[in-house]
Amino acid sequence: MSGVRLLVGTRKGAFVLTSDGTRDEWDVSAPMFAGWEIYHLKGSPIDPDRIYASQSSGWFGQIVQRSDDGGKTWETVGNEFAYAGTPGTHQWYDGTQHPWEFARVWHFEPSLDDPDTVYAGVEDAAIFRSTDGGHNWQELPGLRTHPSGESWQPGAGGLCLHTIIIDPENPQRMFIAISAAGAFRTDDGGETWLPINRGLRSNELPDEDREVGHCVHRIAMHPSKPETLFMQKHWHVMRTDDAGDSWQKVSGNLPSDFGFPIAVHPHEPETIYVVPIKSDSEHVPPDGKLRVYRSRSGGNEWEALTDGLPQEHCYVNIFRDAMSTDTLDPGGIYFGTSGGQVYGSSDGGDTWNAIVRDLPAVLSVEAQTLP
Amino acid sequence: MIRVALPHHLRTLANVDGEVELELDGVPTKRAVVDALEATYPVLRGTIRDHATLERRAFIRFFACGQDLSLEPDDAPLPPEVAAGEEVFRVVGAMAGG
Repeated sequence: MSGVRLLVGTRKGAFVLTSDGTRDEWDVSAPMFAGWEIYHLKGSPIDPDRIYASQSSGWFGQIVQRSDDGGKTWETVGNEFAYAGTPGTHQWYDGTQHPWEFARVWHFEPSLDDPDTVYAGVEDAAIFRSTDGGHNWQELPGLRTHPSGESWQPGAGGLCLHTIIIDPENPQRMFIAISAAGAFRTDDGGETWLPINRGLRSNELPDEDREVGHCVHRIAMHPSKPETLFMQKHWHVMRTDDAGDSWQKVSGNLPSDFGFPIAVHPHEPETIYVVPIKSDSEHVPPDGKLRVYRSRSGGNEWEALTDGLPQEHCYVNIFRDAMSTDTLDPGGIYFGTSGGQVYGSSDGGDTWNAIVRDLPAVLSVEAQTLP
Repeated sequence: MIRVALPHHLRTLANVDGEVELELDGVPTKRAVVDALEATYPVLRGTIRDHATLERRAFIRFFACGQDLSLEPDDAPLPPEVAAGEEVFRVVGAMAGG
């Protein structure tokens, strides 16, 4: 029988949650890498037992862990992320120039066809690639050295490259997003990058329509429609149907269009999910009610999903990498909170259950559908 | 023989219990101790000092004989008690966060 494995990164370690295809009962692992921040774990789509984990600490820096047995055992691999050439500077919070400094890996994106190839999105914003299972990392410097790079400014969480999406129909095309530079696309395997932010408006910027500087929080794609992307920006939910050449706002009737994660239903490419957050000043759900909002029309018309979620006294946040879907039928969707809960739905969001309630603050959730 | 005490998370990472004992050639210095640590436990590379610059990470301190040696030159000889294995060279994670 098929099953689901959730890879959960938290402020104080990683956890693996497993269930069979019914998704009724879950096994929760003991903490792995206890006490370390685990920003993200992700498995290879063609070898789900190959998992990469970003382990970091303000004291001891970056560690990369790799498992070849689905998270039962781990080995440390390479942790040297050296920017290519002379790194130069980017803009700091106060407008002065600041040296490019590696801080941590925010996101791993394994290749769609080679378990040994994996991309890493890092802070300060850059993309690295390993082709030997994580032992050695090389920067794809065309992104960071884009002419706009010197003007990139960190968001509140740092100048982080947090989203990497590989086009399943065109391996030369990838999309990435950086807070607070914006979204970029490569059509040549990472050699050169194009800002794709036309249509985004951010009134935090002196020029609301500028080419870069937008605080993109997350991008999602359905593999059957790689020209269509959905974006949760700092404020505003957006979509593009031309691979980012132009964006349209689809916030519609959301109670707030500030938020972090965004996800697409595994079998319905026009069904999308967000979790509205009150504002950039108050990272909590509006009215103390934890509500996932679902649109079945690719945006604009949204419905609140509340069955099984706390509808009073709830003041948690949901971080950008903490929502994921499985590919079972009916499709499952999962998210973790800053309060340590991991919620799951095995019916596309109609009903929810807390799989686990008292983990450390959840930074990331990745669902793996197992054969 | 040099005795080195690592902080909890680095002991876990290096899969060691208690103190680490290192044999060094020549006069022991901070640089020689960290070189030997990294050679013996490659997983510690990048966790105590930067890969490229070899500068001590900001929240790492080095203590021995009741003194903070963090700001001493990397190639300065360590106290004779450390060199003799009578005192422990401590790698410490700075207290931070309340």
